[in-house]
Amino acid sequence: MFPKPIQNSSRAWQTTYQALVPAALIMWLLPLIAVAIFSIKPEADFTTGNYWGVPSSFEGISNYGRVFFGSDMPRYLLNSVLITVPTVIGAVALSCMTGFALGVYKFRGNLLLFFMFVAGNFVPFQILMVPVRDLTLDMGLYNTKTGLVLFHIAFQTGFCTLFMRNFIRALPYELIEAARVEGVAEWRIFWFVVLPLMKPAIAALSVLIFTFIWNDYFWAVVLTQGAESQPVTAGITSFNAQYRAAYHLMSAGSIVAALPPVAMFFLMQRHFIAGLTLGAVK
Amino acid sequence: MNLAPETGSSATSPGVSDSWLRRNRQALAPWLFLAPGVIFFLFYVIFPILQSFNLSFYRWDGLGDPQFIGMENYRELMDDRAFEVSLWNNLKWLLLYLLAIPAGLFIALFLNQTVTGIRLYKSLFFFPFVISQVVVGLVFSWFYDPTFGLLNQVLAWVGLGPINVLGDPTLVTYGIIIAGLWPQTAYCMILYLTGLNAVDPEQVEAARLDGAKGAKMLWYVIIPQLRPATFVAFVVTIIGALRSFDLISIMTNGGPFGSSRVLSFYMFEKALSEYGFRMGYGAAIAVVLFLIMLCFIAYFLWSMYQDDKGAR
Repeated sequence: MFPKPIQNSSRAWQTTYQALVPAALIMWLLPLIAVAIFSIKPEADFTTGNYWGVPSSFEGISNYGRVFFGSDMPRYLLNSVLITVPTVIGAVALSCMTGFALGVYKFRGNLLLFFMFVAGNFVPFQILMVPVRDLTLDMGLYNTKTGLVLFHIAFQTGFCTLFMRNFIRALPYELIEAARVEGVAEWRIFWFVVLPLMKPAIAALSVLIFTFIWNDYFWAVVLTQGAESQPVTAGITSFNAQYRAAYHLMSAGSIVAALPPVAMFFLMQRHFIAGLTLGAVK
Repeated sequence: MNLAPETGSSATSPGVSDSWLRRNRQALAPWLFLAPGVIFFLFYVIFPILQSFNLSFYRWDGLGDPQFIGMENYRELMDDRAFEVSLWNNLKWLLLYLLAIPAGLFIALFLNQTVTGIRLYKSLFFFPFVISQVVVGLVFSWFYDPTFGLLNQVLAWVGLGPINVLGDPTLVTYGIIIAGLWPQTAYCMILYLTGLNAVDPEQVEAARLDGAKGAKMLWYVIIPQLRPATFVAFVVTIIGALRSFDLISIMTNGGPFGSSRVLSFYMFEKALSEYGFRMGYGAAIAVVLFLIMLCFIAYFLWSMYQDDKGAR
């Protein structure tokens, strides 16, 4: 193990380390801690200049209450859910199939198609922006959640295919060969042999895509406008314009917007990290 | 997919009566599985790239008829001061963003211990990556705020400041990059923590017996074993640096005086903002950004190809 296990070092250094870790964590998360404290402060604290001091009273309930009952925030949150969930399902479903095809079969153009997905996934969004916006407008899907979902599914399929294909390649190939010898149809091999083995990959991708799409801002701005279809990332900026100096409300709103992916991460931590570190360990 | 012939239990003797479909199912199946994904991807990703290339030769306001002007957009880019500023800022992003890699390694080494509660600490350190860049941008713009920001409070304690990071054309890009480094470092940290888990303990022990420790051990024994993690960290950091958009849009909207623009933001501004809908010109900027990215993409694909040749 590297560095040397702390248990093998001097007593003094062990105690220092135990104290150092939480201290470093507080420094690291200081911006977030500040926002969390902002969100429970009364408005008066900001007008009197008590930005960084102790809150003069606890107003968390009324601040968060105003975010939930006095603003468009619930609407934006709902939009985010309605955009994110179908995207996750769509992208994972499509990439299970493409990943299976690219991972299991040998055919001409296999690697080429695979590289198309990988390269497409690395592309800067701006090169797609104008054509995709026009496409969405032409289909009458501009400013709808459907328009956003369709694009997200297509784009995320690139990343998911990379992931799925590599995962399937690491599965024991003998299983598939054995099934073929038995005369099992290809789609049955996919459904009954490979798909059950892909559960960890599906879980990892689902959390990962959930976070990516929930946090997407660029496409939300390009393909939608207004509260009826925009997700919470775009919503928070109009919230910002509306409550410019209302730091307590802005903070509460930001925390609300950040919470779902954070909760997702904590619930599915192992899968999440497995997804992110794909390829980082050989 | 439904076209795939039903066999299941009816595994009759192969040969004579097999239909064409059945005989070719091994060759056909991959294409049926691929079709939905590939069609979708071509429609929404590959064609738009080609369309953008095409569009960059036109003058178009997004409504009327596009007018072919050849290389005119690119010629205009050459004299465009704002484009030059964006290009330089992109370079700053590229170079400074890479600091996330050593910073991530440093934190990973710091946290790679087995003491009580360390798992929770590791996940809390990862926090910045999970939240939206929009929220990160807001938080950091308050942190930098000249009237009440925490940064100036701290500077005041040590007798410095006040500075207005986001209002100063020379500082603004660095200020935003630091905000971006925060989540990116967290990402690199996770990559390295996983990598450190896979480091071969026997090699470490052997090196220790040979008297290697500290920096020497890190450089000659550990870092070579972390190569895969470093490669992934490098890929995601480069892509992240070139894609930077959210933070700039949230924190400064390109200002002050356009000094924090990067190509991705400038393109958006030209094509879709109150300054006019210059789709063709925007597309030309996007093409330049794409070509820069393509150098890296080609390199990544090439390394993946080398890896793949080694595998089955």
